[in-house]
Amino acid sequence: MFYNEEFETLPREALKALQLKRLQQVMQRVYHTVGFYKKSFDAAKIKPSDIKTLGDLKKLPFVTRNDMRDNYPYGLFSVPMSSIVRLHASSGSSGGSTVFGYTKRDIETWSDLVARCLVAAGLTKNDIIHNAFSYGLFTGGLGLHYGAEKIDASVIPMSGGNAKRQVSILKDFGPTAICCTPSYALHLAQEAAAMGVDIKAFTLRVGILGAEPWSRAMREEIEKVFEITALDIYGLSEVIGPGVAMECIEAHNGMHIFEDHFIVETIDPQTGEVLAEGEEGELVFTTLTKEANPLIRYRSGDISRLIKEPCRCGRSHIKMDRVLKRSDDMLVISGTNIFPSQIETILVEIKGLEPCYQLIVDKAGALDSLELQVEVSDKIFSDSGSVKELQKIEQRIVKDMLDYLGVEPRVKLVGPNTLSKAGDKVIDKRRT
Amino acid sequence: MNTKRKGLMTMKVEQISVFLENKPGTLQQATRVLKDANINIRTLSVAETANFGILRLIVNDVEKANTVLKDSGFQVSKTPVVAVEVPDRPGGLHSVMEAVSKEGINVEYVYAFVEKSGENAVIIFRFDNPEKAIDVLMKNDFTVVPGKKLYEF
Repeated sequence: MFYNEEFETLPREALKALQLKRLQQVMQRVYHTVGFYKKSFDAAKIKPSDIKTLGDLKKLPFVTRNDMRDNYPYGLFSVPMSSIVRLHASSGSSGGSTVFGYTKRDIETWSDLVARCLVAAGLTKNDIIHNAFSYGLFTGGLGLHYGAEKIDASVIPMSGGNAKRQVSILKDFGPTAICCTPSYALHLAQEAAAMGVDIKAFTLRVGILGAEPWSRAMREEIEKVFEITALDIYGLSEVIGPGVAMECIEAHNGMHIFEDHFIVETIDPQTGEVLAEGEEGELVFTTLTKEANPLIRYRSGDISRLIKEPCRCGRSHIKMDRVLKRSDDMLVISGTNIFPSQIETILVEIKGLEPCYQLIVDKAGALDSLELQVEVSDKIFSDSGSVKELQKIEQRIVKDMLDYLGVEPRVKLVGPNTLSKAGDKVIDKRRT
Repeated sequence: MNTKRKGLMTMKVEQISVFLENKPGTLQQATRVLKDANINIRTLSVAETANFGILRLIVNDVEKANTVLKDSGFQVSKTPVVAVEVPDRPGGLHSVMEAVSKEGINVEYVYAFVEKSGENAVIIFRFDNPEKAIDVLMKNDFTVVPGKKLYEF
């Protein structure tokens, strides 16, 4: 089943021609409207008119997350604020966060892309979709919501949290599809078991899961406990949000990247060299149709590989394998992306604290758990030596982490010089 | 510094507070350091939370204890506390509490000294305002035990 059969099955030659035409247009647009691109293209001695083939793309410089931060909040927008109808943002304090804008047409494009994803998962207007992605600045909730409305399905705007309520609604409302992170799906299964609710009796047929890396084994477990087909959805807020790529239910193996809207490349994260299709490397995206903040060669940090073999579903768009790992130190904690540098920023802001810390990420049941160990410095202890003061600092760290990053760690104060300064700031025990 | 203030200062007792990470063996490490330095612990108490603890010590040699613990990598601070002789009879402690609370002084924590002073028990108080507390207690005819005397008890 297709949402937009013509474009989703466009013969590759026509698809490439469309990509080139759209690339040339977007190049002209960003060159003349975004100071950042003019400067970076000029520095690389490239004019938009130099882009004659898709192969010329590789002459262009990359855009990195640092570029987005340096131009925080609106520096990379190519339309005036009056044309922006929506803003989303990544977690983080001022300067550590990135902002993404949408024009009315961007919202339309995005909704169409998510609609394609839902139809690729076999959903129609007769389905009831339980959307447990968080609503808000995170693109997951609203992204899936608009797509679900686009296909005229019934959407339950559940958002994240309140696991017991989620279980009751899954039981009572009879949804046929669930959207959330894979670990949250497993958490709901455990919660249901604890409540004595039989999830196999649910009407769920399909899970649309993403926003964090997950293994094949985890997929099998989810499919077994829920008796559903679990499909992988991929997206990143920088590029548009969920709906950049989606696994089709027919092949159930790899996600189609909607190439009429995005160009994908794989590069060697060390050298930046473009790799042959199929080789493992960092995915780089160029947006072809996005109006508000188009991205040319954005380094996603996600390591995967492209699958160019034709798919039995009939889509002509290339597929990507599951995200295997990151090329940088970004952590995905319960679907929220955070960088160790953001934690550091929070710690130095707290009076008397030195950013001598270690983050230990583990699993508590199905969910991610976070322990933040912080060294007690002379400054903190010598003034007071009191339990109250230390507890105040603990509480402040937890609150700031939750406020700025949306994750709630267990804070453990540790003795001085126990955390090696050169050692790992992050210990991730989730994957062994 | 006027003589009255100086008098109050010498009445205070210096307590050593040591940060203890919540893991097995930390307390034992601290007591070993003190033993090796031949420091006598006059009394102690441990405040614990879910995540860490603070060891509070009255020792015979404050400066030496401070130095050796710091040198062994402990976070140490000195906290002024007040030692008060409390009549060893029902209502003894209450009479002290009554005197300070009337003056709006808060007690942050309390623990007992091991040895008695004659017929009286000695209680260690951490007040939010130690100087005012000493003043109030002395005016109410309580015996405040000066630090120097207590270290050598």
